[in-house]
Amino acid sequence: MWLLAGRGPRCGRALVPWASGAACLGLPWLRCPATRGSTAEPWAPARLYGSGDRKEKIDMSRFPAEHIRNFSVIAHVDHGKSTLADRLLELTGTIDKTKNNKQVLDKLQVERERGITVKAQTASLFYNCEGKQYLLNLIDTPGHVDFSYEVSRSLSACQGVLLVVDANEGIQAQTVANFFLAFEAQLSVIPVINKIDLKNADPERVEKQIEKAFDIPSDECIKISAKLGTNVESVLQAVIERIPPYAGQVGYLIAGMKDVTEAQIGDTLYLHKQPVEPLPGFKSAKPMVFAGMYPIDQSEYNNLKSAIEKLTLNDSSVTVYRDSSLALGAGWRLGFLGLLHMEVFNQRLEQEYNASVILTTPTVPYKAVLSSAKLIKEYREKEITIINPAQFPEKSKVTEYLEPVVLGTVITPDEYTGKIMMLCQARRGVQKNMMYIDQHRVMLKYLFPLNEIVVDFYDSLKSLSSGYASFDYEDAGYQTAELVKMDILLNGNIVEELVTVVHKDKAHSVGKVICERLKDSLPRQLFEIAIQAAIGSKIIARETVKAYRKNVLAKCYGGDITRKMKLLKRQAEGKKKLRKVGNIEVPKDAFIKVLKTQPDK
Amino acid sequence: MGTGMCATEPWKSPGQPGASPNLVHTLPPSGRTARSAAVTATSTSTSPAAWTRRRSGAVWVESVFFGGGTPSLASPHTVAAVLEAVAQATHLPTDAEVTLEANPTSSPGTRLAAFGTAGVNRLSIGLQSLDDAELRLLGRTHSASDALRTLAEARHLFPGRVSVDLMLGLPAQQVGPWLGQLQELLRHCDDHISLYQLSLERGTALFAQVHQGALPAPDPELAAEMYQKGRAVLQEAGFRQYEVSNFARKGALSTHNWNYWQCGQYLGVGPGAHGRFLPQGTRGHTREARIQTLEPDNWMKEVKLFGHGTRKRVPLGELELLEEVLAMGLRTDLGITHQHWEEFEPQLTLWDVFGTSKEVKELLEQGLLLLDHRCVGGGLGEPELHIYRPRGSEDGLVRRGLWMLGTWHWWRVGIESGKMRQSYSGLLVFSGVFGAPGRAWLCWILCC
Repeated sequence: MWLLAGRGPRCGRALVPWASGAACLGLPWLRCPATRGSTAEPWAPARLYGSGDRKEKIDMSRFPAEHIRNFSVIAHVDHGKSTLADRLLELTGTIDKTKNNKQVLDKLQVERERGITVKAQTASLFYNCEGKQYLLNLIDTPGHVDFSYEVSRSLSACQGVLLVVDANEGIQAQTVANFFLAFEAQLSVIPVINKIDLKNADPERVEKQIEKAFDIPSDECIKISAKLGTNVESVLQAVIERIPPYAGQVGYLIAGMKDVTEAQIGDTLYLHKQPVEPLPGFKSAKPMVFAGMYPIDQSEYNNLKSAIEKLTLNDSSVTVYRDSSLALGAGWRLGFLGLLHMEVFNQRLEQEYNASVILTTPTVPYKAVLSSAKLIKEYREKEITIINPAQFPEKSKVTEYLEPVVLGTVITPDEYTGKIMMLCQARRGVQKNMMYIDQHRVMLKYLFPLNEIVVDFYDSLKSLSSGYASFDYEDAGYQTAELVKMDILLNGNIVEELVTVVHKDKAHSVGKVICERLKDSLPRQLFEIAIQAAIGSKIIARETVKAYRKNVLAKCYGGDITRKMKLLKRQAEGKKKLRKVGNIEVPKDAFIKVLKTQPDK
Repeated sequence: MGTGMCATEPWKSPGQPGASPNLVHTLPPSGRTARSAAVTATSTSTSPAAWTRRRSGAVWVESVFFGGGTPSLASPHTVAAVLEAVAQATHLPTDAEVTLEANPTSSPGTRLAAFGTAGVNRLSIGLQSLDDAELRLLGRTHSASDALRTLAEARHLFPGRVSVDLMLGLPAQQVGPWLGQLQELLRHCDDHISLYQLSLERGTALFAQVHQGALPAPDPELAAEMYQKGRAVLQEAGFRQYEVSNFARKGALSTHNWNYWQCGQYLGVGPGAHGRFLPQGTRGHTREARIQTLEPDNWMKEVKLFGHGTRKRVPLGELELLEEVLAMGLRTDLGITHQHWEEFEPQLTLWDVFGTSKEVKELLEQGLLLLDHRCVGGGLGEPELHIYRPRGSEDGLVRRGLWMLGTWHWWRVGIESGKMRQSYSGLLVFSGVFGAPGRAWLCWILCC
């Protein structure tokens, strides 16, 4: 009866964002029919809900449009978004009031462990206000911009948001990013100051911050304690009063599709033979960070393959390219929306599919603008994206290289401002804005090359601000960059696995780090090994591994023979796993140590 | 010595009529005991075939070694009783080498003389160092002067048949002072010296100290330099380096230890003792590796209960034995001669096995290995050993290398030969570096 008519905006058909694919799920006991006004009746007329007294079936279509509110909750990590959602569910009788309701909407293990939301969840709440029965559709959404495809999907289904801010911590970088997402979507923003029960809570200060940063009058803020339930009722009232009604509902549909690629975010659905005008607005998720993923043991390849397939079915924003490395074997190059996204994906693979993997240091998608007509013809486009450093075109073939940039927001207590500005400068950041959001807190805006922040920027920021600074970023397009391809040589032989694309100004320091890591992880061999980083024929960094000198076999008499023979065989087994670069044997571990993400650096 | 001893199995040549099925000697416990001491006896033969060639009723024992722990703590009477037992069960010629490991603190001259009376004719003294601080570090109870006094007394009693051990590569040890010790030792020592690099064993006090950072970890670079310079000093003094760790002059090689490197048969008796021999009554020619129970108390109990302390018997496969022939042979300056190889592998010559191997060829080209009409070897590259180097010959595989410093390499070697009975699946090669930068020698080559 229902047909998937095509692909979102490109095909120019109607767009019903809240009915996009299988990912928008209700709670098991709380089903949300995907409907579009009255057209919903044929297939989702009723459902069971709630656990209290209300066991009767509710006809969703009996709610007039003015009694429906679609809203979302957005917040910085740990500001109490999910706890507030728990309280709202309890207050409306959607779930029982028990002590066990903790992050009810965060179902994934990774969500509970990290206290973050990765997959948007929905719930329908029924609330009686001044004698009228309201249907409130709550769309719980990820807070982090890495998941902004989920955020924007959720927000476009809403007319308003609850912006939750911690009364102690105040506005953080993610609060800002989320506010602007909602603001740009022209949603009503209801500021909610949470955790007022905390000893150090200072709701008045936070009110002022909100006024200053978002231009929202301080008397619009609702001060609550989601943990204790204080004043939560007034949040529901504000939802009804301040968020405009909309002629639509939120839900899901079961489409009988077998492949996730058949449905994309932004697709429009309509009744068979009754095409409608598409709604504008969705861009497909664009990978910002790439990393190689390999099974720890090649015999695990097929298991990992099926795990990745299953997981990408659930998270279609991950792009997957098959790749192989001489050192690490067959694997994939995966594109992620950001670093957190990458970590979460990896963690979900481990937790939900019991797969252990080697994840290489993330890289960003550089671009090259080709100069010769012949090359353009060969690549079929003028601007090519370089995902694998091995494909990096020579300088003579391009007019310019481009690197992705992001607009980063840092919010910090002002005593750390100096140190943070130095860090940003060292990361080639360009300051765009600086403002005091209250007497002691500063908001800095910087334009960063993405590759400068993908590896360890966040950790450095946290450590030099004793954990007080917060950071978030959003995509800001591409800029011209002086990029070079850096080779790593072992006694003059290029190690293909370690070819790196790097900014000219950073080549020396990056090369030095790689050489040092290799030096630490390469076992000594029978001869001296020169480890060099080179750009073209110019050597920019060098380390040396001295020849092996350990005496493993001295003193061998009658009682030692068995032991020595065992030792030799074990060593011989180990040698099978080595990869030879020139005459140098490189154990897989050495590559892993150099290639994998290193949180400590 | 252990508190008793037994020969676990007939120490007889296979198939000899009249060989006693079992031989057990239980000796009265001596007053003092040393942990894990063992006695090892070797036969003169280097190949299984040699056992069967014996015409006399009893096996010939070429050497006896009292070692492991501190056998010099045992009563000379115990040593005498053990030797008596060996002589009763085998043919033990009067000139057979009988070595006792002696510790300077437990070996006053009178005691050494008593061991001599008991039948010991060679001493191996665990001198370790001539620096009192280093001796304390090693947990030794003797001083440098104790050691030199014992050495002098030993030389007086066993002229030309005294060996000393010297350690190198101790934490914080420096090259110059160590060479000074070696020079001083040369003024006092006899004709045999063993140089050992310290290896830190888990569970020792020294390991714990280094691990906790109380002592610096031994520097392998310095140890290598000591070894290299020590070799030169000993060579200058007329010593032949006949094995990785062993130096002798005037032909004072250890017969007993040489037997290990030639893959001869030996029987080990005592707690934790190892043996490798062809047991009587086995069909075919399968040599066995045997290990006796490690803990002295349990060992004693088992000997009393079962008549022997053998805990483990592992038959050695033909290839395993050949691996050992190669691994052990390449430790020596002689390498593996064609004749020696043939005793273990009459069907395939060294040329058959290694001649066509690409890897071996590379090693030959690099001068890491020697394969000529005499033998296969690692080669010493030392002037006195030129005799073992190839002279335009086309016909042998010889070893070249005594310094077991380096790592193992695994190479696949597909050896195809019509004569082959068995497929040699690969080649294990040990190579080590020593000497001038860039100069490397292969020490070991081993088939498996």
